[in-house]
Amino acid sequence: MKLAPTAPLPPVPASERRNAARRIRLMPSPTVTERIVVALLWAMAAITIAVLVFIIGYILLHGLPHVTWSFLTESPRRMGREGGVLPMIVGTVLVTGLAVLIAAPIGVATAVYLTEYTAEGRLTAVIRFGADCLAGIPSIVFGLFGFVFFAITLGLGLSILSGALTLALMVLPTIIRTSEEAIRAVPYAYREASFGLGSTRWQTTLYVVLRSALPGISTGVVLSVGRSISETAAVMLTAGSALGLPDSLFDSSRTLALHFYYLAQENISEANAYATAAVLVMAILAINLFAYWLMRRFIARGGHHA
Amino acid sequence: MPELQTQPVFHAREVESSRPSRPCFDAPPAHRPARDTGEQTAEPARPKISVRNFTACFNDVPGIRNLTLDIFPRERLAIIGPASSGKTTFLRSLNRLNDLERAFTCSGQILLDGEDIYGPEIDVAALRRRVGMVYAVPVPLPWSIYENLVYGLKLAGVRDRQILDQRVETSLKEAVLWDEVKDRLKEPAHNLSGGQQQRLCLARVLMLDPEVLVLDEPCSGLDPISTGKIEDALLELKAKHTIVLVTNNTKQAARASDRTAFFLMGELVEVGPTADVFTRPRDRRTNSYLVGQFG
Repeated sequence: MKLAPTAPLPPVPASERRNAARRIRLMPSPTVTERIVVALLWAMAAITIAVLVFIIGYILLHGLPHVTWSFLTESPRRMGREGGVLPMIVGTVLVTGLAVLIAAPIGVATAVYLTEYTAEGRLTAVIRFGADCLAGIPSIVFGLFGFVFFAITLGLGLSILSGALTLALMVLPTIIRTSEEAIRAVPYAYREASFGLGSTRWQTTLYVVLRSALPGISTGVVLSVGRSISETAAVMLTAGSALGLPDSLFDSSRTLALHFYYLAQENISEANAYATAAVLVMAILAINLFAYWLMRRFIARGGHHA
Repeated sequence: MPELQTQPVFHAREVESSRPSRPCFDAPPAHRPARDTGEQTAEPARPKISVRNFTACFNDVPGIRNLTLDIFPRERLAIIGPASSGKTTFLRSLNRLNDLERAFTCSGQILLDGEDIYGPEIDVAALRRRVGMVYAVPVPLPWSIYENLVYGLKLAGVRDRQILDQRVETSLKEAVLWDEVKDRLKEPAHNLSGGQQQRLCLARVLMLDPEVLVLDEPCSGLDPISTGKIEDALLELKAKHTIVLVTNNTKQAARASDRTAFFLMGELVEVGPTADVFTRPRDRRTNSYLVGQFG
């Protein structure tokens, strides 16, 4: 490329030159900048981890001494001052498990529809916008809706089912969006290759797209499990706060997070509150570890994701 | 799919021994068709594929215009032409892969054994099994070699393990890959080299025993040795299959085809026996392209 001849630059005044020199000296060299950046990034990451370790450590330190076998296997007595948290564990597992069992198929199906079965257009924009709005609504509003709609209008009362349905609605946007991202990350060429081998759209979706997107989808599901377990406001208004072991899905049941809230808020028993929190934290850790193990196993078996 | 397998297939070793020595680059193809399949000679054989006034558009912009072309059974037709001349669009029309694009519309007819593949009665999945495609970039699915190979047959409903295993072996031999992968069928297909992946994709299509094999620049990213292996495979495969090969490499068209069609700006400029097209093209534009004046 030939450059057009340019006019000679006007001479730079001496004062200007001195300023320029001073400015340059103030700027550290790229090597030094690099070191500073690395140090800063390291420090930020360290702060994050430190906070995490501190919180978890603090709770476990105060809670674990009170977590005994009888604490895990007994029902609470005297409003939770004595006894254990078995009904809360059962309630948490039922409400959370049911919520995710309801939300995951609907969410994944929505994501599949949005990505594989319809063209980008007004409809997909509306669905996506709706999901995003849903994600931004405070959980207490979901609780109110669940109370009015599931508990009263549908007559399910304060029950595990009401709570699960409400939580399902609450985590649905997360599942839709994470599934959508995971599905979009599957290379288009995989679909073409599959179609070229004589597959129908559904076969391609099932055997190629969903199979490849499974790690990403399960990440979204695990996030939802975490959110459901730790939810208090929405379940308080829908699943209620009964202390006993539930007999059926139509019974009210208190979840661990809610139990912790009551113990701490109403100053019932600090020791048992910490113990409940410890159980909650360990449950979430266990679920995350299980999910990672599952994902790693899946990836190792299915060949790596390109 | 009842018409699959049973037929004995040649073996890789025989290929090696009976293969003619590779011609040097500019020599006319070593293998000439037994009969002239030039378009102006009255051809007694019925065309396998008959394209009639076919126009394909994306967003109403024609990618190929008013194309009329016959492709005969057991021939290797090479399609050459500069970029955006409609070669790939044409290939992807043959197995209706363009249908995946919403902007795609077409008119005219493509007859496969006399049946319009864009007709309302056509089962597109079954059509794609009859017209197998190999893409420019090898795309092994993220599974094991074996899973990649049996995927198409499983979709078609073949479950018998014995049949699957036998087809895997014959297809891999046809694609000149058997010796390299026979002991590692359970390995992820992504572990293979680029050339091996492309032959795997060829074998994966051959698993379905397609009547027509369409290849979209199958050697564009490959080294000469892998290219040679794929060309060898094509030479043997034409005994059973009709082959349509799109290539940007005119040398490859000269080596590995019986007839050559030259596309330009979405139109068919000329088609004829490869030797004729390369030595005495009827159209001035073909000549310009072949000597490298554009494209």
